[in-house]
Amino acid sequence: MATNTQVPVDDRRVPVIAPGHTFSTITEKISNIVLTRPISLGWILGFLIVFGMMNMLMLALGYLFIKGTGIWGINIPIGWGFAIVNFVWWIGIGHAGTLISAILALLRQTWRNSINRFAEAMTLFAVACAGIFPLAHTGRPWLAYWLFPYPNTMRYWPNFRSPLVWDVFAVSTYLTISLVFWFVGLIPDLATLRDRAEKPWLQRTYGLLAMGWRGSAKHWHRYETAYLLLAGLATPLVLSVHTVVSFDFAVGIVPGWHTTIFPPYFVAGAIYSGFAMVLCLAIPIRAIYKLEDFITMRHLENSAKVMLATGLIVAYGYGMEAFMGWYSGNQFDSFLLWNRLHGPYRFFYAALLASNIFIPQVLWLKKFRVSTGWLWIISFVVLCGMWLERFIIIVVSLSRDFLTSSWGQYYPTKWDWMTFFGTIGLFLTGMWLFVRVLPMISIFELRTLLPESHAHEATEVKQ
Amino acid sequence: MSDLSVHSPMANAPIPENPIYGLMAEFDSAQELLDAAHKTHEAGYHKLDAYSPFPIEGLAEAIGFHKNRVALVVLIGALVGGISAFAFQYWVAVITYPTNIGGRPYFSWPSFIIVTFELTILFGGISSAVGMIALNGLPMPYHPVFNVAEFAKASENKFFLVVESADPKYDPAATRSFLNGLAPRMIAEVPS
Repeated sequence: MATNTQVPVDDRRVPVIAPGHTFSTITEKISNIVLTRPISLGWILGFLIVFGMMNMLMLALGYLFIKGTGIWGINIPIGWGFAIVNFVWWIGIGHAGTLISAILALLRQTWRNSINRFAEAMTLFAVACAGIFPLAHTGRPWLAYWLFPYPNTMRYWPNFRSPLVWDVFAVSTYLTISLVFWFVGLIPDLATLRDRAEKPWLQRTYGLLAMGWRGSAKHWHRYETAYLLLAGLATPLVLSVHTVVSFDFAVGIVPGWHTTIFPPYFVAGAIYSGFAMVLCLAIPIRAIYKLEDFITMRHLENSAKVMLATGLIVAYGYGMEAFMGWYSGNQFDSFLLWNRLHGPYRFFYAALLASNIFIPQVLWLKKFRVSTGWLWIISFVVLCGMWLERFIIIVVSLSRDFLTSSWGQYYPTKWDWMTFFGTIGLFLTGMWLFVRVLPMISIFELRTLLPESHAHEATEVKQ
Repeated sequence: MSDLSVHSPMANAPIPENPIYGLMAEFDSAQELLDAAHKTHEAGYHKLDAYSPFPIEGLAEAIGFHKNRVALVVLIGALVGGISAFAFQYWVAVITYPTNIGGRPYFSWPSFIIVTFELTILFGGISSAVGMIALNGLPMPYHPVFNVAEFAKASENKFFLVVESADPKYDPAATRSFLNGLAPRMIAEVPS
């Protein structure tokens, strides 16, 4: 029973929670960030910047809705361009949140408890950013509901044999389940905020959201079952989402897309970029809000190790693509390899190899894994690298396919860039508000990490 | 801090015959609560509940609550999602809107697996959250235990055991002295 969930007592490793904390200090420290910490000038300035970036997105989308997708750099043959590059990139970033909350929960990794909450919030905002791109890319986003099957006067139904329809179901299920998972995890902490808030309107707001949670043993019993089942359902889901995204490519016949390695290689890449984003956010947040006691070096080091491992799977994917280009003897596949190495986008491919494969190898050294500065820089490099990967897959493959007469070049316009940076603004605006209105670390799950949370059946009670 | 105006009972709530919901005992640790819950249940009290700021292994069993139906709800939800998704795709692709896509058969079932899978997860996941909340009787913003001021700490660091007055063995004086024997931090009457 309780013994197998005990905090590991391996003293060579940094603990998952700094010693000396009690149930009260954990509760106070995390809930006070939301309830009593004054809003600093730095927070306001930062918020103005990211909110400004978000408004740039609104501007870019507004102009897009007036003029159409002609304002973007997409053309024939490169019909997908930035919209799909950014879609795949953002969806991938979301994967770390679900991986941390679901898969690591099933594996009983106690270190997940301090980072799952904000990683899940990150997932939600990332998927929201991702969703904008395919909608905008349809050209007539006000008709996007046509993607869903519904009885209509045209007596038309979607083609369920199309990967694009699968994608609609995969992404909308992913968003819904992530939201449900996040909210279920929040309920007990919302009750804590309700009980600690002093202003009546805050008590009412958190009270409404907590739905009257009172910590009853029967409720906890059902809660734990539900949470475990949600984790069990979300685990195959997170592996399926990027698999289905990869089908958008792999089912096509374009050289560089039509490969069976795409699903595992996309999933690994998604987790790779997701953990990079977790580190990019966790490192500044733990410094600003003084959360080093809860997000310890153990968390950062473990995230770095996951990044290293998934990065190696991605490297294997690149290697296998290159090998198949040569070994298949197919002239289009071997030309793709030549084109990546020597074609007009060769600098991007070189930058991709450097930032996704070579630079992250320094994570083998403990020195880099325990330095927050280095870790942040490497994570940022990986994020850029994973964006480049999607750019290479989409643009290089489409720009030069089977017929030389239909070759082309892709140049993003200022509207492409504004939309891309605008979604970064939307994402950061969400995170900026999230850390101030909800507990960014799961309070009740941190309490279970303290040794005194484990009660043992006393034999003399039974008699 | 413990302004509990939010939790005051609704004015129009029916007034029960016994205005006391039960007796509440407060404990300092998970261990004390678990031991007290065992002893109270073995003393013959069955309408009781324990409250803690985090899940405690074995506590629900100690008060005689062994099985919950969440898993059954999730199984039903997942089956409904999966079966209806597959049947719907069959109906669309074979019966109501058959289209020739690359010469494939209308009933090309491997293509239907993805949407079937996604809707299985979607329905299963939503049923687990909704099922848990509904079986717990939530949302329930007002509950008698919130009338005790100390109970605000139930979401922070204190542990509570409540014996309901509806329990056949309940007797204001005898139950109080029994709870006193468990060495709680305090005992309070819970007004309903």
